Amino acid sequence: MGGREDMKQAGNAKKKWHDPLHIGWPLWLVSGASIFFLLVPVLLLVPMSFGSAELIEFPPTKFCLDQYRKFFSHPMWQGAVLTSLQVAALTSIASTILGVLASMGLVWGNFKAKGIITGFILSPMIVPLIVLGLAYYVFLAKLGLIGTKLGLVIAYTPLTLPFSVLPISATLKGFDRTLEDAAMNLGANRLQTFIKVTMPIIRPGVLTGAIFAFMIAFDEVVIALFICGSTAVTLPKKMWDVIRYEIEPMLPAISTLLLLLAVVLLVSVGLLQRRQAKRLEAR
Amino acid sequence: MTPALVALLALFAYPLSRILIRSLFDPNFTLKHYIYFFKSPLYIRVMWITFEISILSTGASLVIGYIIAYVLRRAKPTVRNVFLMCIMLSFMVSLLVRNYSWIIVLQRNGVVNLILKYFGLIDHPLRLLHCKFSVVVGMTHIFIPYIAFPIYSVMMGTDLNLEKAAQNLGASRWQTFWKVTFPLSLPGIGAGGLLVFIMALGFFITPALLGGRKEQMISNLIQIQVVDLLNWPFASAMSIILLIVTLFIFYIYNRVLGYERLWGGVRT
Repeated sequence: MGGREDMKQAGNAKKKWHDPLHIGWPLWLVSGASIFFLLVPVLLLVPMSFGSAELIEFPPTKFCLDQYRKFFSHPMWQGAVLTSLQVAALTSIASTILGVLASMGLVWGNFKAKGIITGFILSPMIVPLIVLGLAYYVFLAKLGLIGTKLGLVIAYTPLTLPFSVLPISATLKGFDRTLEDAAMNLGANRLQTFIKVTMPIIRPGVLTGAIFAFMIAFDEVVIALFICGSTAVTLPKKMWDVIRYEIEPMLPAISTLLLLLAVVLLVSVGLLQRRQAKRLEAR
Repeated sequence: MTPALVALLALFAYPLSRILIRSLFDPNFTLKHYIYFFKSPLYIRVMWITFEISILSTGASLVIGYIIAYVLRRAKPTVRNVFLMCIMLSFMVSLLVRNYSWIIVLQRNGVVNLILKYFGLIDHPLRLLHCKFSVVVGMTHIFIPYIAFPIYSVMMGTDLNLEKAAQNLGASRWQTFWKVTFPLSLPGIGAGGLLVFIMALGFFITPALLGGRKEQMISNLIQIQVVDLLNWPFASAMSIILLIVTLFIFYIYNRVLGYERLWGGVRT
């Protein structure tokens, strides 16, 4: 093209031309340091997790798997992990089903007050968690559901709904509805059409939403503080108690495991998005 | 869509409306909990601290997030992807783990004090944890991805040739930045900044874990009222005040930017 050269000549000869793509060293330094700031505190926990399980020390003075052994042999922690997995899985399923229905309505529907309804469906995203915590505390106490997994799922489903609606509606917007007409013309009923035609096409968005919903429910602690009671203690609630009130030298190991989980979820979201991008390209 | 709406009304709007009612009826209609809140110097101070910490952490994350987005926009694809992966990873790691890691880094015999001592820069460990500094650091750390992603996505949609054109017309580097680059990235700054400010006002985990007694924000006071003092009506009134402030800022957000932008904050 030579566009830059032309402009260079056209510009003031005395002034040094500055390439918009050029990044000066101060910017590299600050942005590199910021990335360092984002990751290093968490990464420091990884070497610590192989240290002693008796006291928290940095740098670790020995190398062993004591913390992991302790974690995996402790029934209370096992129970907390199991509760969290169950609650997060159920929440993810509930929120995905509702999310698919809501997205179909929002994207395809043609009705008044669409803006208000969209805002309502997305509003759990911005309500402070502490307010929700108190609201569910009062609400679930009345239903006798404090300290139950059902109570946790009830509280987390609205909370995670926006995070499943957003990716699902994004994929639905790119979905060609004439495909559904074609399937029905060929004799498929509505359900068959949904399962055989619609679902396979929007699956990346649905799975992305399900992963986000799972992740949020698995990590939520503020609402949990109010409604876990002592009978449905989730992993974050247990970790919270330990960080606040006790000194527990195996937290670095738990943190490392959660870091691994984040890596796994990040990779799966990345793969799903790549697949979706490919699909959009193919069309 | 109906099932989703019914679920939201029954399991989200109804519980919230219950605390509104609880804050206003005791048992007859009364505003005493709200009046108490606004008359008590303690709660006014907490409101002030809440705003102060929110402004500081939003400001800090805006500056850092902007620089990251600026570099991302201009970096080569390989560098860009590495940076994006790092930010996403930080974003996906459990909030508790991220806060816990700051305890390890900042505590009396923590990593920072160890390093400073090793190089002989200090004799006694600095008090870095349980103060305003640690709360702002912890919150900034959490907010940076929420800022960097929307600014980055807005920047990706702008044409860098505009910067060349500005220079061609005689603008200096600073002028080019302030008159072209910066105004074009404003929608991203607004989206990220307002979203983070909303989150900051209601933040609970970081002030509770990294703050001292003086850094407790309004969310922490609500929890204390419920769990320690069992004062539900007053806690409800505080929650409603927090909710109204949040919704007001969101209203501005929606007027200026449209809520469709919310997704920009968590797009991968």
